[in-house]
Amino acid sequence: MASALSRKDFVSDQEVRWCPGCGDYAILAQVQKQMPEFGVPREKTVFISGIGCSSRFPYYMNTYGFHTIHGRAPAFATGLKVTRPDLDVWVVTGDGDGLSIGGNHLIHCLRRNVDLKILLFNNKIYGLTKGQYSPTSEVGKVTKSTPAGSVDFPFNPITVALGSHASFVCRTLDVEQKHLAEMLKRAHAHRGASFIEILQNCNIFNDGAFNELTDKPIKAEHQLVLEHGKPLIFGKNRDKGIRMNGMRPEVVQLGNGVSESDLVVHDETNLALAFMLGNFEPPLPTPIGVFYATSRPTFDAAMNQQLADAKAKQGPGDLDALLKRGDVWTVK
Amino acid sequence: MALPPEAAGGAAQSSSIGGSAAHKRERRDSVVIRFAGDSGDGMQLAGMQFTAESALAGNDIATLPDFPAEIRAPAGTIAGVSGFQVNFSSGEVFTAGDEPTVLVAMNPAALKANLDDVPPNGVIIVDKEAFSDANLKRAGYTSNPLTDHSLDKYQVFTVDITKLTTTALHDTGLNNRAVFRCRNLFVLGMLSWLYQRPIESTVNWLEGRFKKTPEVLNANLKALRAGYAYGETTEMFASSYEVPPARIVPGTYRNITGNTATALGFVAAAVKAGRPLFLGSYPITPASDVLHDLAALKNFPVYTFQAEDEIAGVSSAIGAAFGGAIAITTTSGPGMNLKAEAIGLAVKTELPIVITDIQRAGPSTGMPTKPEQADLLMALYGRHGESPLPVIAAATPADCFECAYEAVRIAVKYMTPVILMTDGQLANGAEPWLLPETSRLPEIKVDFRTDPEGFLPYIRDEETLSRPWAIPGTPGLEHRIGGLSGEDRTGNVSYSPANNELMVRTRARKIAGIVREIPPTEIFGDTNGGELVVLGWGSTYGSIREAVKQLRGKGKSVSHIHLRYLNPLPQDLGDQLRKFRKVMVAEMNMGQLIKVVRADYLIDAIGCNKIQGRPFKVSELTNRITRALED
Ligand code: SF4
Repeated sequence: MASALSRKDFVSDQEVRWCPGCGDYAILAQVQKQMPEFGVPREKTVFISGIGCSSRFPYYMNTYGFHTIHGRAPAFATGLKVTRPDLDVWVVTGDGDGLSIGGNHLIHCLRRNVDLKILLFNNKIYGLTKGQYSPTSEVGKVTKSTPAGSVDFPFNPITVALGSHASFVCRTLDVEQKHLAEMLKRAHAHRGASFIEILQNCNIFNDGAFNELTDKPIKAEHQLVLEHGKPLIFGKNRDKGIRMNGMRPEVVQLGNGVSESDLVVHDETNLALAFMLGNFEPPLPTPIGVFYATSRPTFDAAMNQQLADAKAKQGPGDLDALLKRGDVWTVK
Repeated sequence: MALPPEAAGGAAQSSSIGGSAAHKRERRDSVVIRFAGDSGDGMQLAGMQFTAESALAGNDIATLPDFPAEIRAPAGTIAGVSGFQVNFSSGEVFTAGDEPTVLVAMNPAALKANLDDVPPNGVIIVDKEAFSDANLKRAGYTSNPLTDHSLDKYQVFTVDITKLTTTALHDTGLNNRAVFRCRNLFVLGMLSWLYQRPIESTVNWLEGRFKKTPEVLNANLKALRAGYAYGETTEMFASSYEVPPARIVPGTYRNITGNTATALGFVAAAVKAGRPLFLGSYPITPASDVLHDLAALKNFPVYTFQAEDEIAGVSSAIGAAFGGAIAITTTSGPGMNLKAEAIGLAVKTELPIVITDIQRAGPSTGMPTKPEQADLLMALYGRHGESPLPVIAAATPADCFECAYEAVRIAVKYMTPVILMTDGQLANGAEPWLLPETSRLPEIKVDFRTDPEGFLPYIRDEETLSRPWAIPGTPGLEHRIGGLSGEDRTGNVSYSPANNELMVRTRARKIAGIVREIPPTEIFGDTNGGELVVLGWGSTYGSIREAVKQLRGKGKSVSHIHLRYLNPLPQDLGDQLRKFRKVMVAEMNMGQLIKVVRADYLIDAIGCNKIQGRPFKVSELTNRITRALED
């Protein structure tokens, strides 16, 4: 149900202030482009963010917006969505905001399944504070705060989300505009917490972090595009696939007796498979697409249902009766 | 505490008014009973029911429970002692009483933990069987105080409570353990007779509580009646006592704790505002009961969100306020620290929320179940940057209702976060509450902006300087707010130095302007000035008022000013304080309000401070004031 609005209607009057060349521009443009497609009036749309480069996002959307404090966006969004289920609420966060300082809020919001669309821009670095390593940076990352290389093991946003029982988990890339559009559509159509990891290039502090996945000549060898019900095939010539060797996934060359029917078929509703794909590391390819999608009651709907049930059972609140509850006595 | 003015200050006297055939009946004007026992002995319940009976008998009352910090400390140990003190009177009651006239000690640990508070010649009632060798050892006694003459200066009544309860309940079919748990009802029955309380309200309450377990109900009723009959038929007590009804303002009353009053104040405000109430909160002692109370009121509608932490509690409330709900968060000191950053955002974005700090003794985890007032400076100043906000403190359990209501009213009218302060003493203490006429509660006007014409998120009302409440869902008002410094009127991100100062000063002016809402300072005592005035805030109200009354009764020129608004302070406060030769600031901290008084008014006030996790005793205050008068 597309509306009569166009992309321009979702562009605010504020000058966009990301570094030239930042991957955030492409994400903003695609979100603005998709908004009219969703058919939600501007006034019913709210973008809520924390702190970081990505969190400037709401200023550029001509909708309602709230740029809050570091890491807490999911908590603000929960309070809003629960009391205002009529609104379409988006959360924009980053790897530092969502997985470090705000990790607690993110996991709880996912497990509760609050009906929020959560865009996590993962550039594996702290941009706004000028280049410290982040909780998704690889071990050994040399930055200003880790001159001898980081020693802590990184988070994998997909498996964090799956481990938090998120009901919708997907990954996409800033530069894959068609895929990004597709994921935004899927996430928006989902009822419940939709988690979208967007691999985003920070060309100032971590340029090329995703080159293998974005460089035309080689990307097909490293990207595994997940499609529900289809075998896991990748490669420039679509000649490689993922096969199970006992309990372990392996890359196989198609042909020479290996056919598509030997490959793993993607099933978005299979949580075990989603975990396996989420944990893919080289030499296995990096999956993009929907890892997991399931339907379960949303927190906001369940809470509002309890309120409605209470009202149906007890009638609307009667303040005078409430104050008089318990042992009352009258003094004449 | 709602007494007509002429009844206040009635001097305590005691006279015999004759008695029945078997017993004398004596009159008392004021009695303080402390029920103490092991956590599992049901002393809170006995105390609360005795309170309900006393309220129905027409007395003015105040109560103070004393919980152990540990949920289940080992049985019979000092750490596991739970107490409940009730002061009931034919005159006006301001506190739960300095010391118990009667101590009920269900075991040796309860005796040991409370004995220091009992005055000489005070009444002590003990359960004889509970003073076994094992229990004495657990309590750390090396000899039995019931027989070693260490209690000779008290009136000790040794009652076979366990045995009498067991005998009365022998045919109920309950096991020993269940029978043992009815001892509190036996005690309640006995004390109800001793003070001539009607037990019907307890009977009704038990019938409601144990509707589904008739055998337990039957046992409890039997124990209650056996205790009552025991008092009446034995010669144990030479007389029973009568505490005549107090002269109380006519109206309908209920007994209420501070936490329940706080919860009801918020609900009332939301109902008046015509908006849903949203509470975002993380469980913490002694604040959790507000969450529990509100969680049961979904039909109003009330949303309660038990958040993942304190920060999410306040953040979710701010999110709900952005969407147009009456939004609140409740916590105690440790949680206040965690919420500070988000409160700063609410100051900057000018969204109405109420943060309730139910103070407890710190620092750090401190004494979670004990009251203190050491969060005042944190409430006033405990945020980064210039971030003033209104602070309101409740004086008594029932006053929590009005203060919670007022906090919402101001938050909404001025589009600002408001801090409401109570403490552990108010939270769990109780008093009779004259139910307000809900139709007469002050208006809380919610005026959402709907007109896009000329709309900007930070244009201001000329009088209050508050900005429009423009909630998502309103066509044409789409806008963005956030924590970054914002341009005047538009709110657009701006790093202009002059604009920043303008905005900081404008918000400060808005908060300072709330002074127009604050009634003139009331002086209790010498309204034209005198020798000494005691300035207080929060739960010290009762102790200070009682102390000042007692000293005035002795002809001393001592007065009392109580503050409900801590920010802004009443306009005339400085002038009123200067009418007195000496100003004493009494608070349960190291001296926080006194710093404000010195800084704002250049008055060299005298501090009176206590940091023991216990309210001021009236006698402590009268002593301190007397010394100050002599200095
Ligand atoms: S620092 Fe990096 S992430 Fe931030 S705006 Fe610049 S390029 Fe983008």
